[in-house]
Amino acid sequence: MLFLKFCGLLSLKPIRKDFILTIRLLLIVILYCLRLCFCRVVFIFLIAGLNRHINGICFFNLGIYKHKFMKEVIEMKKSTRIFALILALMLTVACFAGCSGKSGDSNAAIKIGGIGPLTGAAAIYGQAVQHGAEIAIEEVNEKDGPKFELKFEDDENDAEKSVNAYNKLKDWGMQISLGSVTTQPCIAVSTETFSDRIFTLTPSASSTDVLGGLPDKDGNVSIPRKDNVFQMCFTDPNQGVASAQYIKDQNLGTKIAVIYNNSDAYSTGIYQKFSSEAEKLGLDIVSVKTFTDDSANNFTSQLNEAKDAGADLLFLPIYYTPASLILSQADKMQYKPKIFSVDGMDGILTLDNFDTSLAEDVMLLTPFTADATDDLTTNFVTKYKEKYNEVPNQFAADAYDCVYAIYNAVKNQSITADMSTSDICEKMISAFTDSSFRLDGLTGKDMTWSTTGEVSKGPKGMVIKNGVYVGM
Amino acid sequence: MTLVSNLINGISLGSVYAIIALGYTMVYGIAKMLNFAHGDVIMIGAYTCFCAVAYVNLPPILGILLAMIVCTVLGVIIEGLAYRPLRKSSSLTVLITAIGVSYFLQNAALLIWGSAPKTFSSVVPFDSISLFDGQLIITPESIVTVLACVVIMVGLTLFTKKSKMGKAMRAVSEDKDAAELMGINVNTTISMTFAIGSALAAIAGVLLCSAYPVLIPTTGAMPGIKAFTAAVFGGIGSIPGAMIGGILLGIIEIFARSYISSDLADAIVFAVLIIVLLVKPTGLLGKKITEKV
Repeated sequence: MLFLKFCGLLSLKPIRKDFILTIRLLLIVILYCLRLCFCRVVFIFLIAGLNRHINGICFFNLGIYKHKFMKEVIEMKKSTRIFALILALMLTVACFAGCSGKSGDSNAAIKIGGIGPLTGAAAIYGQAVQHGAEIAIEEVNEKDGPKFELKFEDDENDAEKSVNAYNKLKDWGMQISLGSVTTQPCIAVSTETFSDRIFTLTPSASSTDVLGGLPDKDGNVSIPRKDNVFQMCFTDPNQGVASAQYIKDQNLGTKIAVIYNNSDAYSTGIYQKFSSEAEKLGLDIVSVKTFTDDSANNFTSQLNEAKDAGADLLFLPIYYTPASLILSQADKMQYKPKIFSVDGMDGILTLDNFDTSLAEDVMLLTPFTADATDDLTTNFVTKYKEKYNEVPNQFAADAYDCVYAIYNAVKNQSITADMSTSDICEKMISAFTDSSFRLDGLTGKDMTWSTTGEVSKGPKGMVIKNGVYVGM
Repeated sequence: MTLVSNLINGISLGSVYAIIALGYTMVYGIAKMLNFAHGDVIMIGAYTCFCAVAYVNLPPILGILLAMIVCTVLGVIIEGLAYRPLRKSSSLTVLITAIGVSYFLQNAALLIWGSAPKTFSSVVPFDSISLFDGQLIITPESIVTVLACVVIMVGLTLFTKKSKMGKAMRAVSEDKDAAELMGINVNTTISMTFAIGSALAAIAGVLLCSAYPVLIPTTGAMPGIKAFTAAVFGGIGSIPGAMIGGILLGIIEIFARSYISSDLADAIVFAVLIIVLLVKPTGLLGKKITEKV
């Protein structure tokens, strides 16, 4: 009630104008800090309430600010104004002070921070990474050697939220970062970790922009190399090239249609490299159509064009949510091309209420398969099923490998938790770029890293049969 | 054949826009406010139907009825709590409150259902129709959507023309104060408008998700905005206008994507809107209103 009154939604008589204005200024400052997280609704109600004072809409994020309210604030008594300012400052400081500063101890656990979409359209990736990393952390903590502690934050696959989550982890005292799970947020987060000198090994963000320093399709380097960032997964161009080569080698299709998301760096990155490689290999791309995040519900016109062009292979370098729509619409149109996809398709089988028969015979390029019979995989799959009641996908495997790569590097360089994050970062970089540093993991044997941050390992082709992945 | 196929897809997509646009246009015509939360009522309707069918195993038709009931109640509650207290305030206040309600509904859905996408199973139990040796495939969803759209439009026109409540609605839309003097209960009439608009939203939600079966808390947002565009395009406040606007918008969108550029489809849709509004500021079937001094 009191809150509504301050917001001006209930027009009770004001107690004292100055007092009300002070509180409102405070509320705005607090809400401005919080609005990125969860207060959008309240924020908008507040603006609605302030309306008659502000004489217009004040959208902070647009910078359009009508001045009547500020004028009233400025015309407040000087003492009140200072009081309000001090209060606001105190609150802000209190917000940040709660979670920073801890003294070192060489036996303490090294803090690893992970960020990923635990909710949202890409939630399956984030959850898989979190689970995979948790299992690996449990395992390494049982061994003699460095101990680790993992904290995982949600970013809903949103770059802005991802940076917020990163700041939260930094306040917690994160010493090594798992970057972000998805590409777009990781580009933002890796820029931050680069300037803060926190070592970053991302399990699954595959764009070259995450690493920086690699040329785009025109051969220009737009983002300088972030030397602290490494990848566990293939880069997008690698996936594009590998897809084209795989299609050529296995002779999967003669006429290829592509549908990709041109509002997404991941999808566009794979497509560009795929098309140039396909040209080199003499593959015939007969139709290329795009969609954006906003128009990702109706794919009939894209599918119609592919069908008209007589495409017998549909290449979908996209995430699984729009892919599930494409599969169901193609099925309704009775159009049955072969479908080839990349690691973004991984997750389609665990989609809630999804009819897995639609995904029958879909092929995808992914470095991990849960039905492999080596000890490492069976051990991991059993543990994962026991704990989370699900078959792990490649994202979980990537995360598992990430933790082991970090564990090995920490052991090689005898890093301890009382070192500063920038020292840890330098040591980790030299460990990863050392020519003798190798990892036998779930997603590949004999993995090595170059100074560009890319991993070298071989891709595997998978095909979905009766609702499970089988090696091709 | 592709042309016909694209045309059918366009009409089907446009019919969904048209049903949603009817909700916008009725509320605007009668309460003179833009209910931006309409798109999110669609999402709630779709989720309700999804839960009824997937979790409780009700037959789809009961699921739709349940969704309509839930949305009707929701619409009346939203009107009573959020908009009625602001009836005398400036239109800007009401507009911003509507955006607030929209965010509220999205976040509430996020809390209740989580944000992992749900796959909606179609409520239309028929197979696709295949014509000309499989060159032309018509999905049952598109037939049902178009039929539903026509039935709703005719029904709504008759309702506003013939029934007592319909006459009251037209009177309120003409002049609120005069209608009140004639003994019409303005509040009840406006609540009724929201009830009908929200029930339509539930149908639109179910049809939308049957044709494009992925359900997330922001499912209603973009179709809501497109349908609003359709309502303005056809002349906001006019029932046949919303229908024509919706269908034209759907066709333009699909054709632009097929024949011009899939990158520019949305840009073209909104460019057409701007051109129409430049030539005819009240929309295709909008009434010209002279400002009284």
